Amino acid sequence: MMRRRYRIMKDESCISCLRCARECSFGAIEAADGKGLVFHHQECTDCQRCVSFCPVGAIYITEDGNRFRRNAVFGEDDIQQIHLQAETGGVLLSSMGAPGSSVPIYFDRILLNASQVTNPSIDPLREPMETSVFLGQRPERILRGSEGRLVDNLPPHLELSTPIMFSAMSYGAISLNVHKALAAAAEELGTYWNTGEGGLHESLYPYKGNTIVQVASGRFGVHGTYLNTAAAIEVKIGQGAKPGIGGHLTGAKIIGDVSKTRMVPEGLDAISPAPHHDIYSIEDLAQLVMSIKEATDYSKPVMVKAAAVHNIAPIASGIARSGADIISIDGYRGGTGAAPLRIRDNVGIPIELAIASVDQRLREERIRDRVSIIASGGIRNSADAVKAIALGADAVSIGTAALCALGCHICASCHTGRCAWGIATQDPDLTRRLDPGKGAARLVNLVNAWTREIKEIMGGMGINSIEALRGNRMALRGVGLNEKELGILGIGYAGE
Amino acid sequence: MEALDIRECGLEGIRKHGDGEITVTGCLGERYIGCGMKEGVLRIKGTPGNALASYLDGGTVLVDGNAQDAAADTMNAGLLAVNGSAGDALAYGMRGGRAYVLGDAGYRAGVHMKAYGERKSILVIGGRTGSFLGEYLAGGIIIVLGLGYEGKDITGYFCGNGMYAGTIYLRTGKVPLNLSDKLVKRNVEEEEKEDILRPIITDFASVFSISARRCLEGGFIAIEADGSKSYSQLYAAV
Repeated sequence: MMRRRYRIMKDESCISCLRCARECSFGAIEAADGKGLVFHHQECTDCQRCVSFCPVGAIYITEDGNRFRRNAVFGEDDIQQIHLQAETGGVLLSSMGAPGSSVPIYFDRILLNASQVTNPSIDPLREPMETSVFLGQRPERILRGSEGRLVDNLPPHLELSTPIMFSAMSYGAISLNVHKALAAAAEELGTYWNTGEGGLHESLYPYKGNTIVQVASGRFGVHGTYLNTAAAIEVKIGQGAKPGIGGHLTGAKIIGDVSKTRMVPEGLDAISPAPHHDIYSIEDLAQLVMSIKEATDYSKPVMVKAAAVHNIAPIASGIARSGADIISIDGYRGGTGAAPLRIRDNVGIPIELAIASVDQRLREERIRDRVSIIASGGIRNSADAVKAIALGADAVSIGTAALCALGCHICASCHTGRCAWGIATQDPDLTRRLDPGKGAARLVNLVNAWTREIKEIMGGMGINSIEALRGNRMALRGVGLNEKELGILGIGYAGE
Repeated sequence: MEALDIRECGLEGIRKHGDGEITVTGCLGERYIGCGMKEGVLRIKGTPGNALASYLDGGTVLVDGNAQDAAADTMNAGLLAVNGSAGDALAYGMRGGRAYVLGDAGYRAGVHMKAYGERKSILVIGGRTGSFLGEYLAGGIIIVLGLGYEGKDITGYFCGNGMYAGTIYLRTGKVPLNLSDKLVKRNVEEEEKEDILRPIITDFASVFSISARRCLEGGFIAIEADGSKSYSQLYAAV
């Protein structure tokens, strides 16, 4: 373990209740016999669990005062990582999304429009505002029967009451209680949650109508009942945190029902191969998509999830032609339960650029209506969601933000399996810290709050439906961006 | 027994049939035959196309000729028996049931097959296989008999690369080409041969009406993951 950079501190108000020691799952705070609290600073991940639960607010975490000698080229992280690799010979493993600030967050350089004088803004408290979204293929033409009546030729689709869904996070990477919270929240909200690649626990079968099941290269937990216990099926090709490589679930998390659901041995690290070994081309992808449709009687939309990479636009075009109904694109900042650090921080492109270029390409090829697009990877708030939709997405999905609603403070220790918030762990003593009912209520609150904000933002623009916002780049202006960036985003500069 | 011509009835006609036993004639590369089938028996005449018996979930699919790519893909239960040879990516991600191929299999057979408790996926190939057999194997049993290839290599390169559980049995004395140092090879003792291999191979032989004795002749080697070299050792947690 790398030397951490935090110090655990407490002030004189401490009542020595030892609650912090009971809450710490990383072994950083110990209740030593007769000596009170002992701090092992190097084990602290700054997850903020002890701070949140201290009844008197006595404990706090600070950055360690000791710093390596300043060097503008080799930073402290660089040197520490070299030390760790020199010691272990290992590939650096981390989790959550890329934390660095060197890659621009384009959402922060895009500003939204609002109505003034010439077209009135709309007050969502007074006037109806449509936030429903339909995901799936649109029929190419309207058909009428011999008596002139409309023929229902609508392919299977998903109906969302809000353009926000929950991203794929697998059982194994996160606990069953998190899955329960996500499923219950999705049902109450009228949106969808996604199983990720670790299969679906049988106790969640009742949430079928709001479940998206995933088929990834490891094919964990994939069988006929699984495919048919879902509203849609997602073929996962890649994910934003680790494009081009497979999955890796640490053996510490493969216990009990995780082992059973995935059908992999307990305690052994499980991997998903980098590619699907039955997909080496768009034609092969089309074959898998169609075999899934065949196995589910053409009753559900099939989604394909890919990571945002350099040539995502032609890839999306291929996916759109493969028979898939929905494309899910996961950007550079997307999270993960475990990924090699170098891959996470250096591979892929930001979601804002990916969505804009995919939307543009599909429009140019006149196949935009053949698929819906879901954007994910670093959506932090409702404004990000609005901007992603205005850049061309039909809906967004949130993973990290959903976990934050459940207590996560993004300490990026998911891969250790010791999550103090009971989220990214399978240790029963930790998973019971998360009450699925209360968790679901918090997720519902979050999404409802964002949905209200989206209505306010749309109302301000004089737009009363998400459909009218989709791809509406006139509503966006850039600041601090160069010509090329503006060109790819398809937006003007502020003041233009 | 009813016979259906796939060129007339299509996949729809087969799917409607339910739990009976039918013969499907006229196959000329039609894909997805037997996809997700839960019950019943299909006897296939001609040459079925890709993704044959994918997600097979309890039914029986018998092919009198060859199968193409991605047969028994993500198969869950039941029996696929191919009297000829199979193409690439046979039994990918298989979770249970039996996939038997009397002839040869192409590249990437048995990749990432699984097992849990009593539930084991079983893949038996009568002839030989291409490269990448049983890569990433997570459980289950793969047997390659090498019938007709005695004294020759019966697997290609990269046999079992990345496997972390399960066993690959080969009826040969030869170590597979460029076997990874993360795997161990051992000779199969008589007891293991009797307990594990004989029941499976006897079943395989009876499905194709061939001599089980010939299939069991000679020694077997087993390839397994080296427990002391797990994936976790590749990583250093930040």
